Amino acid sequence: MKKLLIATAVTALSAGMVSAEEIKLGTSLGFTGPLESMAPDMQKGAELAVKEISDSGKFLDGSTVSLVQGDSTCADAAAATATVERLITAEGVKGIIGGMCSGEAIASLENVAVPNGIVMISPSATSPALSTIEDNGLFFRTSPSDARQGEVMADIIMEKGIENVAVTYTNNDYGKGLAESFEAAFTEKGGTITTNSAHEDGKADYSAEVAALSAAGGDALVVAGYVDQGGSGVVRAALDTGAFDTFVFPDGMVGQALVDNFGEEIEGSFGQNPAAEGEGRDIYVKMAEEAGYDGTGAFSAESYDAAALILLGMAAAGSSDPAEYKEKIMDIANEPGEKILPGELGKALDILSEGGDIDYVGATSVEFVEPGESAGIYREVSFTGGEMEVVGYR
Amino acid sequence: MDILNAVVAVLNFVVIPATAYGAQLALGALGVTLIYGILRFSNFAHGDTMAFGTAATILATWGLQALGVSLGPLPTALLALPVGIAVTALVVLATDRAVYRFYRVQKAVPIIFVMASVGVMFLMNGFTRLLIGVDEHRFADGARFIINVRDFRDMTGLSEGLAFKTTQGLSILMAIIVVWILFWFLNRTRSGKAMRAFSDNEDLALLSGIDPEKVVRMTWIIAAGLATIAGTLYGLDKAFKPFNYFQILLPIFAAAIVGGLGNPVGAIAGGFLVAFSEIAITYPWRKIAGYLFPDWQPDGLLQLLGTEYKFAVSFVILIVVLLFRPTGLFRGKSV
Repeated sequence: MKKLLIATAVTALSAGMVSAEEIKLGTSLGFTGPLESMAPDMQKGAELAVKEISDSGKFLDGSTVSLVQGDSTCADAAAATATVERLITAEGVKGIIGGMCSGEAIASLENVAVPNGIVMISPSATSPALSTIEDNGLFFRTSPSDARQGEVMADIIMEKGIENVAVTYTNNDYGKGLAESFEAAFTEKGGTITTNSAHEDGKADYSAEVAALSAAGGDALVVAGYVDQGGSGVVRAALDTGAFDTFVFPDGMVGQALVDNFGEEIEGSFGQNPAAEGEGRDIYVKMAEEAGYDGTGAFSAESYDAAALILLGMAAAGSSDPAEYKEKIMDIANEPGEKILPGELGKALDILSEGGDIDYVGATSVEFVEPGESAGIYREVSFTGGEMEVVGYR
Repeated sequence: MDILNAVVAVLNFVVIPATAYGAQLALGALGVTLIYGILRFSNFAHGDTMAFGTAATILATWGLQALGVSLGPLPTALLALPVGIAVTALVVLATDRAVYRFYRVQKAVPIIFVMASVGVMFLMNGFTRLLIGVDEHRFADGARFIINVRDFRDMTGLSEGLAFKTTQGLSILMAIIVVWILFWFLNRTRSGKAMRAFSDNEDLALLSGIDPEKVVRMTWIIAAGLATIAGTLYGLDKAFKPFNYFQILLPIFAAAIVGGLGNPVGAIAGGFLVAFSEIAITYPWRKIAGYLFPDWQPDGLLQLLGTEYKFAVSFVILIVVLLFRPTGLFRGKSV
C-alpha cells in the first residue's frame, strides 16, 4: 500500500513537472464519396508532417502531436459538419486539415469551426466563395482559388489568339465558381463568351448539351468538368458531332485519363492545372516514396503543407491556442525569413524558438495572399500527337 | 449553300440522333405495351429489365472479346445478344413464377400487379448492380462511324459536318428487323394469334382451348428479348450505366401511352414522337435560323426548353395525351 502511494505520488509529480502537452489535430477529408481515391494520399501527407514535427522533440517544450481522422464525404455537407463537430467537441482538436471539397468546407467552417474558434486549413477546396467568407481569420488554404485559375486560363486562351469561346461547367460549387471567374476574367480581357451553361454529371448522353453549345458557337470549348464524369461525355459528343475541334481543359479535366479517352482526337487542345514545380516538390515526392505512398497524388503535397503550417504557426505563437496561432500563419508562410523545405521542419522549429523568422516554402512553394490562400502556380499543358506535354508554368 | 448547311445541321443534331433514340424507345415501348396488352398491367420493372439484359450482354461481350472474337466493323455485342436475351428471359420467367403467378391465380386487380412490378423493379435494380456494378461502361467496339464529320466536310465542302455513328445506324436497322419479325409473329403464327386472342378477350380465348400459361410465358420471353435488344442498343449508342435505365422508363411509358397502351403500332409511333419532341424542343435553333435568314440575328438561342428539362418533355406529352385522348393516338386499351 505504501509503495503504491509513493508510486502514484511520483507519477503525479512527474506528470505535473512536464509542461508539454499532447496536441491533437484533425483531418476532415472525403474518404468516401466522389473523390475517395485522392483522400488516402492526402491523409498520408498530413501524417508525414505531423510525425516529422512530433518526432523532432523540439515542438512546444517537447509536446507530441497526433492526428485524428475524419470523413467529410466531399459531397454531403451535413455529414462533414457532423464530422468536424465531433473532431472539435469530442476529440478536442486544436486545428483541422480540411475540408476537401468547397461546398462541404464552407458548411463545416461556418457551422462549426468559426463558432468554436478553430483554425481550418484546406488543402483542396478551390471555390472563389471561400475567399470572401466571414471566417474571423480562421480559414486558410494551401490551394489557389479558382478565381486565379480563371485568370490564368483567360490569359492562355488569349495568347493563342482565340477570342470566342463557349463554356460548359459541371453543375456544382467547383464548376460554377470556375466558370464564373473565367467569364469575368475573359470578358475583361476583351474576349467573348458565347454561352456559359451547366451540364449534369452521370448522364448517358450529352448530345443535347453539345447541340446547344454548338448553336451558340465559338472557336473553342472550355470544359470545366470532371474527366471521370460528364466532362469526358461532353468532349465525346462534341467530337462525334463535329461541334468543336479545340478544347480548353481546367484542372478537373487534365489528367492521364483524358489522354487515354481521346488520344489524338483532341490534337491542338490545351489546358492548365495547379502544380508547383521546384525543389520542395521533388524532396516531398522522395519523402513520400520512403514513407510508402505516392506523393504526386493530387493535393497530397498541399496536405503536408497544411499540417506543417498549423504546427509551425503554433510554434511561432508558442501556444496551441487557435486564437493566438492563427495570427502567425501568414507570417511564417511568407517572406522574410529562412526558407523552409519539406523535411526541414525541425530546423524551422529551432529558428522559431530562437525568435527568428521563417518563410515556409514547403512542397508546393507556399506563398499566401490575402485572405490566407495560396497565390497559385499553374502548369500549362498542350495535347499533341496523343500525348500531354507540359508547356510551362505561370 | 446556306440552305444545304441548314439541312445538314438539322440532320446532324436533330434528325439522326432523334431517329436512333426513337428506335430505342420504340423497342422499349413495344415491350411495355405487349405486357400491358396481354398480362394487363403496366410493368414498371421494364427499365431495369433492360438494364439487366444489357449487363448480361456486356458480360457475354467481354467473354467473346477475351476469346478474340469480333465482328469486324460491327460491335461484338451483337454476337453476345442471344446470350443476353436467354439469360434475361430466364430471370424474367423466374420473377413471373415467383411473384406474378401468385397474384394471377388470385385474380388480383391490375393495381396490385403494378405495385408488385415496382417491387420487382427494385430487386432487379439491385441485382444488376451486384452483377456489374454501378459504374459506366462503354462496350461499343468496331468502327465508330458510318460517316464522320471531317470526311463529310471534305467530301461536300459544306461548313456544317454530318456524323452518322455505326451505333445509330444499327439502332435503326435492328428496330426495323425486330419490329418486322414481331409483327410477322403476331399476325402469321399460331402462337402469335393465340397471344392476340388472349389480349382481345381472355375468357373467349380460354374457351377455345388456348393454354394461358403458355401465352404468358411467350409474352415474357418476347418482352425480355425486346428489353434486352432495346437496352443493348441504347447502351451501345450512349453508355451503359444502370441508373440511366431507371430514368429512361419515363420516356418509354410516355411513348407507350401516347401511342395507346396495348397497341404495338402505337408504341412505335409513340417512341419516335417522344424522341423527336425531346430533341427538337431542347435544340437551339439559332444556327439554323442564321442560315435560313442571314439578315436576322436573334440574341437568344431560340431554344424552347433548356437541355436540363429534357425529361419534362415526356411529362408534358403524357399529361396532354391523358387529358385529351386517354386511349392514346392509336386507340389502345384505356389506362
